[in-house]
Amino acid sequence: MLLPGGLWMLAFFALPVSLMVSLSLQTGNLVDGFRQTLHWQNYTDGLQTYGDTFARSLWYGLLATVLCVALSYPAAYWIAFHGGRRKTTYLLLLLLPYFVSYILRTVAWKLVLTDNGPVLGPLRGAGLLPDGFRVLDTGLAVVCGLAYNFLPFMALPIYVALERIDARTMEAARDLYASRLQTFLRVVLPLSLPGVFAGVIMTFVPVASDYVNAEVLGGPGDTMIGNVIQSEYFDNGAYPTASALSFTLMAILLLGIFAYARALGTADVLEAARR
Amino acid sequence: MTSLRRSRHRTRHRGLGRGRGLRIYTHLLIAWLVLPVAVMIAFGFNDTAGKQNFRWEGFTLRWYADLFDRPDLTTALVNSLTIALLSTLISTVLGTLAGLALGRFRFRGRGAATLVLFLAISCPELVMGASLLSMFVTFGLPRGYGTILAAHVMFSIAFVAITVRARASTLDPAVEEAARDLGAGPWTRFRLVTLPMIRPGVVAGALLAFVLSIDDFVITGFTSGATVTFPLWVYGSTRTGTPPQVNVMGTLIFAAGVLIAVLSVRRERRERCEDRKHHRDRTDHTDRMTHMTHHMDHTDRATRTAP
Repeated sequence: MLLPGGLWMLAFFALPVSLMVSLSLQTGNLVDGFRQTLHWQNYTDGLQTYGDTFARSLWYGLLATVLCVALSYPAAYWIAFHGGRRKTTYLLLLLLPYFVSYILRTVAWKLVLTDNGPVLGPLRGAGLLPDGFRVLDTGLAVVCGLAYNFLPFMALPIYVALERIDARTMEAARDLYASRLQTFLRVVLPLSLPGVFAGVIMTFVPVASDYVNAEVLGGPGDTMIGNVIQSEYFDNGAYPTASALSFTLMAILLLGIFAYARALGTADVLEAARR
Repeated sequence: MTSLRRSRHRTRHRGLGRGRGLRIYTHLLIAWLVLPVAVMIAFGFNDTAGKQNFRWEGFTLRWYADLFDRPDLTTALVNSLTIALLSTLISTVLGTLAGLALGRFRFRGRGAATLVLFLAISCPELVMGASLLSMFVTFGLPRGYGTILAAHVMFSIAFVAITVRARASTLDPAVEEAARDLGAGPWTRFRLVTLPMIRPGVVAGALLAFVLSIDDFVITGFTSGATVTFPLWVYGSTRTGTPPQVNVMGTLIFAAGVLIAVLSVRRERRERCEDRKHHRDRTDHTDRMTHMTHHMDHTDRATRTAP
Protein backbone atom coordinates (compact mmCIF):
# COMPACT_ATOMS: atom_id res chain seq x y z
CA MET A 1 0.00 0.00 0.00
CA LEU A 2 2.88 2.30 0.77
CA LEU A 3 4.72 1.37 -2.39
CA PRO A 4 3.20 3.61 -5.11
CA GLY A 5 3.20 6.74 -2.97
CA GLY A 6 6.58 5.86 -1.52
CA LEU A 7 8.13 5.44 -4.97
CA TRP A 8 6.70 8.79 -6.03
CA MET A 9 8.25 10.42 -2.95
CA LEU A 10 11.58 8.75 -3.65
CA ALA A 11 11.62 9.85 -7.28
CA PHE A 12 10.50 13.43 -6.77
CA PHE A 13 11.69 14.26 -3.28
CA ALA A 14 14.49 12.08 -1.91
CA LEU A 15 16.31 11.69 -5.23
CA PRO A 16 16.29 15.37 -6.23
CA VAL A 17 17.42 16.50 -2.79
CA SER A 18 20.33 14.04 -2.80
CA LEU A 19 21.19 15.05 -6.36
CA MET A 20 21.18 18.66 -5.27
CA VAL A 21 23.71 17.88 -2.57
CA SER A 22 25.92 16.25 -5.16
CA LEU A 23 25.43 19.14 -7.56
CA SER A 24 26.40 21.62 -4.87
CA LEU A 25 29.92 20.15 -4.91
CA GLN A 26 30.39 20.37 -8.67
CA THR A 27 31.99 22.93 -10.91
CA GLY A 28 31.13 23.95 -14.44
CA ASN A 29 28.44 25.87 -16.24
CA LEU A 30 25.20 25.24 -18.09
CA VAL A 31 26.77 25.23 -21.54
CA ASP A 32 29.78 22.94 -20.97
CA GLY A 33 28.07 20.82 -18.34
CA PHE A 34 28.94 20.17 -14.71
CA ARG A 35 31.62 17.90 -13.29
CA GLN A 36 31.81 16.37 -9.84
CA THR A 37 34.93 17.89 -8.30
CA LEU A 38 33.97 17.94 -4.60
CA HIS A 39 34.28 21.66 -4.79
CA TRP A 40 33.55 22.60 -1.16
CA GLN A 41 34.27 26.20 -1.98
CA ASN A 42 30.72 26.54 -3.31
CA TYR A 43 29.67 26.52 0.33
CA THR A 44 32.33 28.81 1.76
CA ASP A 45 32.02 31.24 -1.15
CA GLY A 46 28.25 31.28 -0.82
CA LEU A 47 28.38 31.96 2.89
CA GLN A 48 31.01 34.64 2.44
CA THR A 49 29.25 36.47 -0.36
CA TYR A 50 25.72 36.18 0.95
CA GLY A 51 26.29 35.99 4.68
CA ASP A 52 24.48 39.24 5.33
CA THR A 53 21.57 38.15 3.11
CA PHE A 54 21.31 34.96 5.15
CA ALA A 55 21.37 37.03 8.33
CA ARG A 56 18.70 39.37 6.96
CA SER A 57 16.47 36.43 5.96
CA LEU A 58 16.69 34.91 9.42
CA TRP A 59 16.09 38.31 11.03
CA TYR A 60 13.04 39.06 8.87
CA GLY A 61 11.82 35.52 9.48
CA LEU A 62 12.17 35.98 13.21
CA LEU A 63 10.40 39.36 13.19
CA ALA A 64 7.53 38.06 11.05
CA THR A 65 7.16 34.95 13.22
CA VAL A 66 7.05 37.00 16.43
CA LEU A 67 4.55 39.34 14.79
CA CYS A 68 2.43 36.33 13.80
CA VAL A 69 2.37 35.03 17.41
CA ALA A 70 1.52 38.47 18.78
CA LEU A 71 -1.23 39.07 16.23
CA SER A 72 -2.87 35.68 16.19
CA TYR A 73 -2.68 34.57 19.84
CA PRO A 74 -5.30 37.00 21.20
CA ALA A 75 -7.67 36.30 18.33
CA ALA A 76 -7.21 32.53 18.62
CA TYR A 77 -7.80 32.86 22.37
CA TRP A 78 -11.01 34.78 21.93
CA ILE A 79 -12.36 32.42 19.28
CA ALA A 80 -11.47 29.31 21.27
CA PHE A 81 -13.00 30.52 24.55
CA HIS A 82 -15.63 33.05 23.58
CA GLY A 83 -16.51 32.02 20.05
CA GLY A 84 -19.50 30.00 21.23
CA ARG A 85 -21.47 28.47 18.42
CA ARG A 86 -19.88 30.79 15.88
CA LYS A 87 -16.40 29.33 16.29
CA THR A 88 -16.26 27.83 12.80
CA THR A 89 -17.59 31.03 11.28
CA TYR A 90 -14.85 33.06 12.93
CA LEU A 91 -12.18 30.59 11.92
CA LEU A 92 -13.46 30.75 8.38
CA LEU A 93 -13.35 34.56 8.49
CA LEU A 94 -9.76 34.39 9.72
CA LEU A 95 -8.90 32.12 6.78
CA LEU A 96 -10.96 34.08 4.27
CA PRO A 97 -8.07 36.00 2.66
CA TYR A 98 -6.23 32.75 2.04
CA PHE A 99 -8.80 31.70 -0.51
CA VAL A 100 -7.12 34.27 -2.71
CA SER A 101 -4.02 33.26 -4.61
CA TYR A 102 -0.78 33.96 -2.74
CA ILE A 103 0.64 36.23 -5.44
CA LEU A 104 -2.59 38.12 -5.92
CA ARG A 105 -2.83 38.65 -2.17
CA THR A 106 0.68 40.06 -2.09
CA VAL A 107 -0.04 42.36 -5.03
CA ALA A 108 -3.20 43.54 -3.26
CA TRP A 109 -1.07 44.25 -0.19
CA LYS A 110 1.10 46.42 -2.31
CA LEU A 111 -1.99 48.43 -3.24
CA VAL A 112 -2.94 48.68 0.45
CA LEU A 113 0.50 49.88 1.52
CA THR A 114 1.14 52.17 -1.40
CA ASP A 115 2.10 55.76 -0.64
CA ASN A 116 -1.36 57.30 -0.95
CA GLY A 117 -3.30 54.08 -0.47
CA PRO A 118 -6.16 53.34 1.92
CA VAL A 119 -3.87 53.19 4.96
CA LEU A 120 -1.15 55.78 4.44
CA GLY A 121 -3.31 58.23 2.49
CA PRO A 122 -5.68 59.22 5.31
CA LEU A 123 -2.84 59.19 7.86
CA ARG A 124 -0.79 61.49 5.70
CA GLY A 125 -3.81 63.69 5.09
CA ALA A 126 -4.24 64.07 8.84
CA GLY A 127 -0.60 65.12 9.07
CA LEU A 128 0.31 62.14 11.22
CA LEU A 129 3.23 60.99 9.10
CA PRO A 130 6.66 62.57 8.83
CA ASP A 131 7.67 63.85 5.41
CA GLY A 132 8.92 61.22 3.03
CA PHE A 133 7.65 58.37 5.18
CA ARG A 134 6.81 55.33 3.16
CA VAL A 135 6.24 51.68 3.82
CA LEU A 136 6.54 50.22 0.35
CA ASP A 137 10.07 49.30 -0.74
CA THR A 138 11.22 49.01 2.87
CA GLY A 139 12.01 46.10 5.13
CA LEU A 140 8.91 46.97 7.13
CA ALA A 141 6.70 46.22 4.14
CA VAL A 142 8.46 42.89 3.64
CA VAL A 143 8.02 41.86 7.27
CA CYS A 144 4.37 42.98 7.25
CA GLY A 145 3.73 41.08 4.05
CA LEU A 146 5.35 37.94 5.44
CA ALA A 147 3.35 38.14 8.66
CA TYR A 148 0.17 38.70 6.69
CA ASN A 149 0.76 35.87 4.26
CA PHE A 150 1.68 33.24 6.84
CA LEU A 151 -0.61 34.19 9.74
CA PRO A 152 -2.95 31.17 9.45
CA PHE A 153 -0.04 28.75 9.86
CA MET A 154 0.35 30.29 13.32
CA ALA A 155 -3.28 30.98 14.18
CA LEU A 156 -4.60 27.47 13.53
CA PRO A 157 -2.16 25.45 15.70
CA ILE A 158 -2.57 27.96 18.55
CA TYR A 159 -6.34 27.75 18.23
CA VAL A 160 -6.26 23.96 18.27
CA ALA A 161 -4.08 23.91 21.40
CA LEU A 162 -6.29 26.43 23.21
CA GLU A 163 -9.45 24.66 22.15
CA ARG A 164 -8.20 21.45 23.75
CA ILE A 165 -7.75 23.04 27.19
CA ASP A 166 -10.27 21.74 29.69
CA ALA A 167 -12.19 24.69 31.14
CA ARG A 168 -12.19 22.92 34.48
CA THR A 169 -8.45 23.48 34.88
CA MET A 170 -9.13 27.21 34.72
CA GLU A 171 -12.01 26.93 37.14
CA ALA A 172 -9.76 25.00 39.49
CA ALA A 173 -7.15 27.75 39.31
CA ARG A 174 -9.81 30.35 40.05
CA ASP A 175 -11.10 28.26 42.97
CA LEU A 176 -7.58 28.24 44.34
CA TYR A 177 -7.68 32.05 44.34
CA ALA A 178 -5.46 32.63 41.32
CA SER A 179 -6.06 36.00 39.72
CA ARG A 180 -7.04 36.13 36.08
CA LEU A 181 -3.52 37.04 35.07
CA GLN A 182 -2.04 34.27 37.18
CA THR A 183 -4.51 31.76 35.74
CA PHE A 184 -3.54 32.82 32.27
CA LEU A 185 0.21 32.84 32.88
CA ARG A 186 0.40 29.62 34.89
CA VAL A 187 -2.37 27.49 33.40
CA VAL A 188 -3.55 28.60 29.97
CA LEU A 189 -0.28 29.80 28.49
CA PRO A 190 1.79 26.71 29.37
CA LEU A 191 -0.97 24.44 28.09
CA SER A 192 -1.08 26.32 24.79
CA LEU A 193 2.69 26.37 24.25
CA PRO A 194 2.76 23.22 22.09
CA GLY A 195 0.48 25.07 19.68
CA VAL A 196 2.77 28.09 19.61
CA PHE A 197 5.70 25.75 19.16
CA ALA A 198 4.10 24.02 16.17
CA GLY A 199 3.05 27.38 14.77
CA VAL A 200 6.56 28.81 14.99
CA ILE A 201 7.97 25.89 13.02
CA MET A 202 5.24 26.04 10.43
CA THR A 203 5.71 29.78 10.00
CA PHE A 204 9.43 30.30 10.34
CA VAL A 205 10.52 27.83 7.67
CA PRO A 206 8.41 29.19 4.80
CA VAL A 207 8.91 32.79 5.93
CA ALA A 208 12.70 32.62 6.08
CA SER A 209 12.92 31.04 2.65
CA ASP A 210 10.32 33.23 0.96
CA TYR A 211 11.30 35.48 -1.92
CA VAL A 212 7.99 36.74 -3.26
CA ASN A 213 7.35 39.31 -0.53
CA ALA A 214 10.84 40.78 -0.78
CA GLU A 215 10.47 40.95 -4.55
CA VAL A 216 7.02 42.55 -4.65
CA LEU A 217 7.04 44.69 -1.50
CA GLY A 218 10.70 45.36 -0.73
CA GLY A 219 13.36 47.56 -2.22
CA PRO A 220 16.78 46.54 -3.53
CA GLY A 221 18.23 46.57 -0.01
CA ASP A 222 15.70 44.13 1.39
CA THR A 223 16.49 41.01 -0.63
CA MET A 224 16.31 37.70 1.15
CA ILE A 225 18.29 34.54 0.48
CA GLY A 226 15.35 33.19 -1.52
CA ASN A 227 15.79 36.01 -4.05
CA VAL A 228 19.49 35.18 -4.37
CA ILE A 229 18.86 31.47 -4.92
CA GLN A 230 16.10 32.21 -7.40
CA SER A 231 18.24 34.56 -9.48
CA GLU A 232 21.31 32.27 -9.31
CA TYR A 233 19.15 29.59 -10.91
CA PHE A 234 17.21 31.59 -13.44
CA ASP A 235 19.39 34.59 -14.29
CA ASN A 236 22.91 33.22 -13.85
CA GLY A 237 22.39 29.49 -14.39
CA ALA A 238 24.90 28.98 -11.57
CA TYR A 239 23.41 25.68 -10.49
CA PRO A 240 26.21 24.51 -8.18
CA THR A 241 26.29 27.82 -6.29
CA ALA A 242 22.49 27.91 -6.07
CA SER A 243 22.41 24.29 -4.87
CA ALA A 244 25.00 25.01 -2.20
CA LEU A 245 22.99 28.03 -1.04
CA SER A 246 19.75 26.02 -0.99
CA PHE A 247 21.33 23.27 1.01
CA THR A 248 22.89 25.75 3.44
CA LEU A 249 19.48 27.33 3.94
CA MET A 250 17.87 23.97 4.60
CA ALA A 251 20.63 23.00 7.03
CA ILE A 252 20.35 26.30 8.93
CA LEU A 253 16.59 25.93 9.23
CA LEU A 254 16.79 22.29 10.33
CA LEU A 255 19.50 23.05 12.89
CA GLY A 256 17.49 26.04 14.08
CA ILE A 257 14.39 23.92 14.58
CA PHE A 258 16.39 21.28 16.39
CA ALA A 259 18.01 23.84 18.70
CA TYR A 260 14.62 25.42 19.31
CA ALA A 261 13.13 22.04 20.19
CA ARG A 262 15.96 21.32 22.60
CA ALA A 263 15.86 24.77 24.18
CA LEU A 264 12.14 24.60 24.83
CA GLY A 265 12.40 21.09 26.14
CA THR A 266 9.41 20.18 24.03
CA ALA A 267 9.85 16.93 22.22
CA ASP A 268 6.52 17.29 20.44
CA VAL A 269 7.85 17.54 16.93
CA LEU A 270 10.47 14.86 17.28
CA GLU A 271 7.86 12.72 18.98
CA ALA A 272 5.45 13.28 16.12
CA ALA A 273 8.13 12.38 13.60
CA ARG A 274 8.87 9.15 15.40
CA ARG A 275 5.28 8.04 15.68
CA MET B 1 -34.38 31.65 36.60
CA THR B 2 -31.38 33.84 37.14
CA SER B 3 -29.24 30.90 38.16
CA LEU B 4 -30.26 29.06 35.01
CA ARG B 5 -29.31 32.00 32.87
CA ARG B 6 -26.01 32.32 34.63
CA SER B 7 -25.12 28.68 34.14
CA ARG B 8 -25.91 28.86 30.47
CA HIS B 9 -23.75 31.93 30.31
CA ARG B 10 -20.87 30.02 31.83
CA THR B 11 -21.03 27.20 29.32
CA ARG B 12 -20.89 29.66 26.47
CA HIS B 13 -17.80 31.48 27.77
CA ARG B 14 -15.22 29.07 29.04
CA GLY B 15 -12.43 31.62 29.20
CA LEU B 16 -11.33 34.09 31.78
CA GLY B 17 -13.51 37.15 32.01
CA ARG B 18 -15.88 38.31 29.33
CA GLY B 19 -13.33 39.07 26.64
CA ARG B 20 -14.93 42.23 25.34
CA GLY B 21 -11.62 43.88 24.42
CA LEU B 22 -10.44 40.70 22.70
CA ARG B 23 -13.68 40.57 20.80
CA ILE B 24 -13.06 44.01 19.35
CA TYR B 25 -9.45 43.06 18.64
CA THR B 26 -10.47 39.88 16.78
CA HIS B 27 -12.89 41.82 14.62
CA LEU B 28 -10.24 44.42 13.84
CA LEU B 29 -7.74 41.71 12.92
CA ILE B 30 -10.24 40.08 10.59
CA ALA B 31 -11.00 43.45 8.99
CA TRP B 32 -7.27 44.04 8.48
CA LEU B 33 -6.81 40.60 6.95
CA VAL B 34 -9.76 41.08 4.63
CA LEU B 35 -8.73 44.57 3.48
CA PRO B 36 -6.46 43.39 0.61
CA VAL B 37 -9.19 41.02 -0.57
CA ALA B 38 -11.62 43.93 -0.65
CA VAL B 39 -9.08 45.92 -2.64
CA MET B 40 -8.70 43.02 -5.08
CA ILE B 41 -12.46 42.67 -5.55
CA ALA B 42 -12.87 46.44 -5.96
CA PHE B 43 -10.18 46.69 -8.61
CA GLY B 44 -11.98 44.04 -10.63
CA PHE B 45 -14.69 46.66 -11.11
CA ASN B 46 -12.25 49.48 -11.85
CA ASP B 47 -12.91 51.31 -15.10
CA THR B 48 -9.26 51.64 -16.04
CA ALA B 49 -8.07 52.27 -19.56
CA GLY B 50 -4.62 50.79 -19.95
CA LYS B 51 -2.69 47.98 -18.35
CA GLN B 52 -2.07 49.87 -15.14
CA ASN B 53 -4.64 49.08 -12.51
CA PHE B 54 -3.85 50.81 -9.25
CA ARG B 55 -5.83 54.01 -9.29
CA TRP B 56 -9.60 54.07 -8.94
CA GLU B 57 -11.20 55.45 -12.11
CA GLY B 58 -14.87 54.52 -11.78
CA PHE B 59 -17.16 51.52 -11.72
CA THR B 60 -17.58 49.10 -14.61
CA LEU B 61 -18.65 45.53 -15.25
CA ARG B 62 -16.62 45.44 -18.45
CA TRP B 63 -13.94 43.08 -17.13
CA TYR B 64 -16.51 40.49 -16.15
CA ALA B 65 -17.78 40.50 -19.72
CA ASP B 66 -14.25 40.46 -21.16
CA LEU B 67 -13.02 37.82 -18.75
CA PHE B 68 -11.54 35.57 -21.41
CA ASP B 69 -10.23 38.37 -23.58
CA ARG B 70 -6.61 37.46 -22.92
CA PRO B 71 -6.02 34.00 -24.36
CA ASP B 72 -2.72 33.44 -22.54
CA LEU B 73 -4.33 34.28 -19.20
CA THR B 74 -7.19 31.89 -19.93
CA THR B 75 -4.72 29.14 -20.83
CA ALA B 76 -2.89 29.77 -17.56
CA LEU B 77 -6.12 29.47 -15.59
CA VAL B 78 -7.11 26.26 -17.38
CA ASN B 79 -3.64 24.82 -16.71
CA SER B 80 -3.96 25.67 -13.01
CA LEU B 81 -7.39 24.08 -12.72
CA THR B 82 -6.59 20.87 -14.60
CA ILE B 83 -3.29 20.39 -12.79
CA ALA B 84 -5.04 20.94 -9.44
CA LEU B 85 -7.77 18.41 -10.30
CA LEU B 86 -5.38 15.76 -11.62
CA SER B 87 -2.90 16.14 -8.79
CA THR B 88 -5.70 16.00 -6.21
CA LEU B 89 -7.00 12.79 -7.76
CA ILE B 90 -3.61 11.05 -7.95
CA SER B 91 -2.29 12.25 -4.61
CA THR B 92 -5.51 11.40 -2.77
CA VAL B 93 -5.37 7.79 -3.98
CA LEU B 94 -1.63 7.35 -3.33
CA GLY B 95 -1.66 9.39 -0.12
CA THR B 96 -4.66 7.54 1.32
CA LEU B 97 -2.99 4.19 0.70
CA ALA B 98 0.24 5.37 2.29
CA GLY B 99 -1.54 7.00 5.23
CA LEU B 100 -3.56 3.86 5.83
CA ALA B 101 -0.45 1.70 5.75
CA LEU B 102 1.32 4.01 8.20
CA GLY B 103 -1.65 4.37 10.50
CA ARG B 104 -2.72 0.74 10.68
CA PHE B 105 0.28 -1.50 10.37
CA ARG B 106 3.67 -1.79 11.97
CA PHE B 107 6.36 -2.77 9.50
CA ARG B 108 10.01 -2.29 8.78
CA GLY B 109 10.79 1.07 7.25
CA ARG B 110 7.70 2.65 8.77
CA GLY B 111 9.81 5.11 10.74
CA ALA B 112 11.85 6.01 7.68
CA ALA B 113 8.72 6.54 5.57
CA THR B 114 7.22 8.79 8.25
CA LEU B 115 10.44 10.75 8.45
CA VAL B 116 10.43 11.32 4.68
CA LEU B 117 6.84 12.59 4.87
CA PHE B 118 7.69 15.00 7.66
CA LEU B 119 10.78 16.22 5.85
CA ALA B 120 8.68 16.76 2.74
CA ILE B 121 6.22 18.86 4.73
CA SER B 122 8.81 20.89 6.61
CA CYS B 123 11.29 21.31 3.77
CA PRO B 124 11.23 24.87 2.40
CA GLU B 125 9.36 25.01 -0.89
CA LEU B 126 12.27 26.85 -2.39
CA VAL B 127 14.63 23.95 -1.68
CA MET B 128 12.14 21.43 -3.07
CA GLY B 129 11.64 23.43 -6.23
CA ALA B 130 15.34 24.06 -6.66
CA SER B 131 16.21 20.39 -6.20
CA LEU B 132 13.57 19.32 -8.70
CA LEU B 133 14.93 21.83 -11.20
CA SER B 134 18.45 20.51 -10.62
CA MET B 135 17.28 16.96 -11.21
CA PHE B 136 15.36 17.75 -14.39
CA VAL B 137 18.36 19.63 -15.76
CA THR B 138 20.79 16.85 -14.80
CA PHE B 139 18.67 14.21 -16.54
CA GLY B 140 17.86 16.49 -19.44
CA LEU B 141 14.12 16.15 -18.85
CA PRO B 142 12.08 18.84 -20.60
CA ARG B 143 10.11 20.85 -18.08
CA GLY B 144 6.42 21.57 -18.57
CA TYR B 145 2.95 20.37 -17.70
CA GLY B 146 4.10 16.87 -16.72
CA THR B 147 6.88 17.99 -14.41
CA ILE B 148 4.57 20.49 -12.67
CA LEU B 149 2.03 17.72 -12.15
CA ALA B 150 4.66 15.32 -10.79
CA ALA B 151 5.87 17.95 -8.32
CA HIS B 152 2.36 18.85 -7.16
CA VAL B 153 1.47 15.19 -6.62
CA MET B 154 4.69 14.82 -4.62
CA PHE B 155 4.01 17.55 -2.06
CA SER B 156 0.29 16.73 -1.90
CA ILE B 157 0.91 13.03 -1.13
CA ALA B 158 2.72 14.05 2.03
CA PHE B 159 -0.18 16.17 3.28
CA VAL B 160 -2.87 13.62 2.36
CA ALA B 161 -0.89 10.78 3.94
CA ILE B 162 -0.39 12.68 7.20
CA THR B 163 -4.08 13.65 7.39
CA VAL B 164 -5.29 10.11 6.64
CA ARG B 165 -2.71 8.57 8.98
CA ALA B 166 -3.99 10.70 11.87
CA ARG B 167 -7.49 9.43 11.25
CA ALA B 168 -6.50 5.81 10.60
CA SER B 169 -4.42 5.50 13.76
CA THR B 170 -7.49 6.17 15.92
CA LEU B 171 -9.43 3.27 14.36
CA ASP B 172 -10.09 0.18 16.38
CA PRO B 173 -8.53 -2.75 14.47
CA ALA B 174 -11.17 -5.02 16.03
CA VAL B 175 -13.77 -3.56 13.68
CA GLU B 176 -11.93 -4.72 10.59
CA GLU B 177 -11.17 -8.05 12.18
CA ALA B 178 -14.84 -8.49 12.94
CA ALA B 179 -15.66 -7.71 9.32
CA ARG B 180 -13.20 -10.37 8.25
CA ASP B 181 -14.75 -12.87 10.65
CA LEU B 182 -18.06 -12.16 9.01
CA GLY B 183 -16.54 -13.18 5.71
CA ALA B 184 -15.85 -9.84 4.05
CA GLY B 185 -13.09 -9.87 1.46
CA PRO B 186 -10.37 -7.19 1.44
CA TRP B 187 -12.17 -4.98 -1.08
CA THR B 188 -15.54 -5.22 0.71
CA ARG B 189 -13.78 -4.52 4.00
CA PHE B 190 -12.15 -1.45 2.58
CA ARG B 191 -15.29 -0.14 0.89
CA LEU B 192 -17.82 -0.78 3.66
CA VAL B 193 -15.76 -0.53 6.83
CA THR B 194 -12.43 1.24 6.50
CA LEU B 195 -13.21 3.91 3.92
CA PRO B 196 -16.35 5.25 5.64
CA MET B 197 -14.42 5.53 8.88
CA ILE B 198 -11.45 7.40 7.41
CA ARG B 199 -13.58 9.45 5.01
CA PRO B 200 -13.31 12.77 6.90
CA GLY B 201 -9.52 12.45 6.74
CA VAL B 202 -9.57 11.61 3.04
CA VAL B 203 -11.88 14.51 2.22
CA ALA B 204 -9.79 16.96 4.27
CA GLY B 205 -6.63 15.69 2.58
CA ALA B 206 -8.13 16.02 -0.88
CA LEU B 207 -9.30 19.59 -0.23
CA LEU B 208 -5.87 20.46 1.12
CA ALA B 209 -4.22 18.94 -1.95
CA PHE B 210 -6.43 20.96 -4.28
CA VAL B 211 -5.82 24.24 -2.46
CA LEU B 212 -2.07 23.66 -2.24
CA SER B 213 -1.84 22.83 -5.92
CA ILE B 214 -3.92 25.68 -7.29
CA ASP B 215 -2.12 28.25 -5.14
CA ASP B 216 1.42 26.95 -5.49
CA PHE B 217 3.86 29.40 -6.92
CA VAL B 218 7.40 28.59 -5.82
CA ILE B 219 7.65 24.92 -6.80
CA THR B 220 5.65 25.53 -9.96
CA GLY B 221 8.02 28.32 -10.94
CA PHE B 222 10.99 25.97 -10.73
CA THR B 223 9.37 23.07 -12.59
CA SER B 224 7.31 24.90 -15.21
CA GLY B 225 9.54 25.46 -18.22
CA ALA B 226 7.37 27.24 -20.78
CA THR B 227 4.05 26.15 -19.26
CA VAL B 228 2.31 28.97 -17.38
CA THR B 229 -0.16 28.61 -14.52
CA PHE B 230 -2.40 31.30 -13.03
CA PRO B 231 -0.02 32.32 -10.18
CA LEU B 232 2.93 32.39 -12.57
CA TRP B 233 1.03 34.58 -15.01
CA VAL B 234 0.05 36.99 -12.23
CA TYR B 235 3.64 37.15 -11.01
CA GLY B 236 4.90 37.85 -14.51
CA SER B 237 2.37 40.64 -14.88
CA THR B 238 3.45 42.47 -11.73
CA ARG B 239 6.32 44.07 -13.62
CA THR B 240 4.32 45.27 -16.60
CA GLY B 241 0.99 45.95 -14.90
CA THR B 242 -1.69 43.55 -13.77
CA PRO B 243 -4.80 43.66 -15.98
CA PRO B 244 -8.23 43.86 -14.27
CA GLN B 245 -9.16 40.41 -15.55
CA VAL B 246 -6.72 38.96 -13.04
CA ASN B 247 -8.67 40.57 -10.21
CA VAL B 248 -11.91 39.25 -11.65
CA MET B 249 -10.55 35.71 -11.87
CA GLY B 250 -9.14 36.05 -8.37
CA THR B 251 -12.56 37.18 -7.15
CA LEU B 252 -14.31 34.26 -8.84
CA ILE B 253 -11.84 31.68 -7.46
CA PHE B 254 -12.23 33.31 -4.04
CA ALA B 255 -16.02 33.14 -4.25
CA ALA B 256 -15.96 29.49 -5.32
CA GLY B 257 -13.57 28.61 -2.47
CA VAL B 258 -15.67 30.38 0.13
CA LEU B 259 -18.83 28.71 -1.18
CA ILE B 260 -17.28 25.24 -0.98
CA ALA B 261 -15.98 25.93 2.53
CA VAL B 262 -19.33 27.23 3.77
CA LEU B 263 -21.21 24.30 2.24
CA SER B 264 -18.83 21.72 3.71
CA VAL B 265 -19.00 23.32 7.16
CA ARG B 266 -22.79 23.33 7.01
CA ARG B 267 -22.98 19.75 5.81
CA GLU B 268 -20.63 18.63 8.54
CA ARG B 269 -22.74 20.42 11.13
CA ARG B 270 -25.94 18.89 9.78
CA GLU B 271 -24.46 15.41 9.73
CA ARG B 272 -23.30 15.80 13.30
CA CYS B 273 -26.79 16.90 14.35
CA GLU B 274 -28.43 13.97 12.58
CA ASP B 275 -25.92 11.55 14.01
CA ARG B 276 -26.76 12.77 17.46
CA LYS B 277 -30.49 12.50 16.80
CA HIS B 278 -30.54 9.02 15.34
CA HIS B 279 -27.90 7.13 17.22
CA ARG B 280 -28.06 8.70 20.60
CA ASP B 281 -27.12 5.54 22.46
CA ARG B 282 -25.12 3.69 19.87
CA THR B 283 -21.46 4.24 19.33
CA ASP B 284 -20.18 4.80 15.86
CA HIS B 285 -18.57 1.40 15.73
CA THR B 286 -21.46 -0.77 16.82
CA ASP B 287 -23.61 1.11 14.36
CA ARG B 288 -21.26 0.37 11.49
CA MET B 289 -21.13 -3.24 12.60
CA THR B 290 -24.90 -3.68 12.47
CA HIS B 291 -24.87 -2.10 9.05
CA MET B 292 -22.13 -4.52 8.02
CA THR B 293 -23.90 -7.59 9.33
CA HIS B 294 -27.07 -6.63 7.52
CA HIS B 295 -25.15 -6.20 4.33
CA MET B 296 -23.26 -9.46 4.78
CA ASP B 297 -26.54 -11.20 5.56
CA HIS B 298 -27.97 -10.08 2.28
CA THR B 299 -25.03 -11.07 0.17
CA ASP B 300 -24.79 -14.33 2.06
CA ARG B 301 -28.41 -15.13 1.39
CA ALA B 302 -28.06 -14.05 -2.20
CA THR B 303 -25.14 -16.37 -2.83
CA ARG B 304 -26.89 -19.17 -1.05
CA THR B 305 -30.07 -18.94 -3.10
CA ALA B 306 -28.30 -18.20 -6.37
CA PRO B 307 -27.37 -21.70 -7.50
